[in-house]
Amino acid sequence: MDLVNLFVKSIFVENMVFAYFLGMCSYLAVSKTVKTAVGLGAAVIFVLAITVPINYLIDTYLLRPGALAWLGEQYASIDLSFLSFIMFIAVIASMVQLVEMIVEKFAPALYGALGIFLPLIAVNCAILGGSLFMQQKDFTGVGESAIYGLGSGIGWFLAILAIAAIREKIAYSNVPAPLRGLGITFIITGLMALGFMSFMGIKL
Amino acid sequence: MANKKQETKQKDPVVLFVSEEKEPLLGKKNRKLLSDPLDDNNPITVQVLGICSALAITVQLKPAIVMSLSVVAVMAASNVIISLLRNLIPNRIRIIVQLVVVASMVILVDQVLRAFAYDVSKQLSIFIGLIITNCIVMGRLEAFALGNGVWKSFLDGVGNAAGYGLILIIVAFFRELFGSGKLFGFQVIPDSFYEMGYVNNGMMLLSPMALITVGIIIWVQRSRNRKLIEKH
Repeated sequence: MDLVNLFVKSIFVENMVFAYFLGMCSYLAVSKTVKTAVGLGAAVIFVLAITVPINYLIDTYLLRPGALAWLGEQYASIDLSFLSFIMFIAVIASMVQLVEMIVEKFAPALYGALGIFLPLIAVNCAILGGSLFMQQKDFTGVGESAIYGLGSGIGWFLAILAIAAIREKIAYSNVPAPLRGLGITFIITGLMALGFMSFMGIKL
Repeated sequence: MANKKQETKQKDPVVLFVSEEKEPLLGKKNRKLLSDPLDDNNPITVQVLGICSALAITVQLKPAIVMSLSVVAVMAASNVIISLLRNLIPNRIRIIVQLVVVASMVILVDQVLRAFAYDVSKQLSIFIGLIITNCIVMGRLEAFALGNGVWKSFLDGVGNAAGYGLILIIVAFFRELFGSGKLFGFQVIPDSFYEMGYVNNGMMLLSPMALITVGIIIWVQRSRNRKLIEKH
């Protein structure tokens, strides 16, 4: 039950985009059409669901104060947590490389459509943010962190899907000229975030 | 993405190596590198870079300013380092090299903040770490530092980070002023206002209002500067 709760919470209440503004760059840049948005969203779900548990293992068994105790008594006092940024980003960059190769092999059309944004997932703040939040939240097992990664990925996917659909429609409406494009997207995102705040406090 | 095209034009090697020697340190072109990102080519409102970690820390001015200064430090340093290494980095692994350089700079900044400004560093929580993946840093490294000389890259880094900081500080100013009636934690709206029935707008403290504030900033900027308007 805790896992379900965590899952729902990470999708709706602690939505990466609406609550923490993570992954905004690609969220704004790739949300012009639903099709590319779905592709990028799927890639983000995949990368988040893999990197968060891997980084959890690295954090628990290598980096955290006392994490090296399994090597022997004399290593128990070592604290490598200052290395966590570099370790996390290295894991993420290599996973992204992997996803890129898979997508290129099996979905060349999607690969062409995503273009530069696929390698840029490595610098998508939502991905590193997932790992850093994982580190802060003190999860008790790989399972919990995997669920958290999956949930926040799906939350991000939902957000980009919604904004892409809205932007496709808004292309036909008469927006004040200076607001066109970026400005109105920001404001709509703000309104959507207000809507998502109503999920706050939900517990299953 | 139109900006990327402009930058590739600037990468013309002839201009690079000839004019670099002759131009004074703060010549017209170099000053443009500093001033352009503040308005015409602002990283947040025009290039759409670096919004990720920007908005969550704009509830108060103090963390916003600390964050801006950290970004200035990280960007200036990593732009210089990458620009020094630009002829040595193999093209295929450049993203990893950039990430390592940026991550080391961010670790330095993080440790310094923890040592000298612990409470602010607590407030910024994961957002200092997120400077690594702040698109503005990577974006400028990719678009500028990889193709330009050291001094120019330094100016570009400082200019873009300042443009980023400018938006951050404007947003934080309005959110703190209207949200809690304070600036830097000191009360600025006089007590007599509250006695007359003025109430702080708690909604400004919620995260959605940061997005809407940026939307309004974009609106104001683009109605002043008509050439920035997008077609759709």
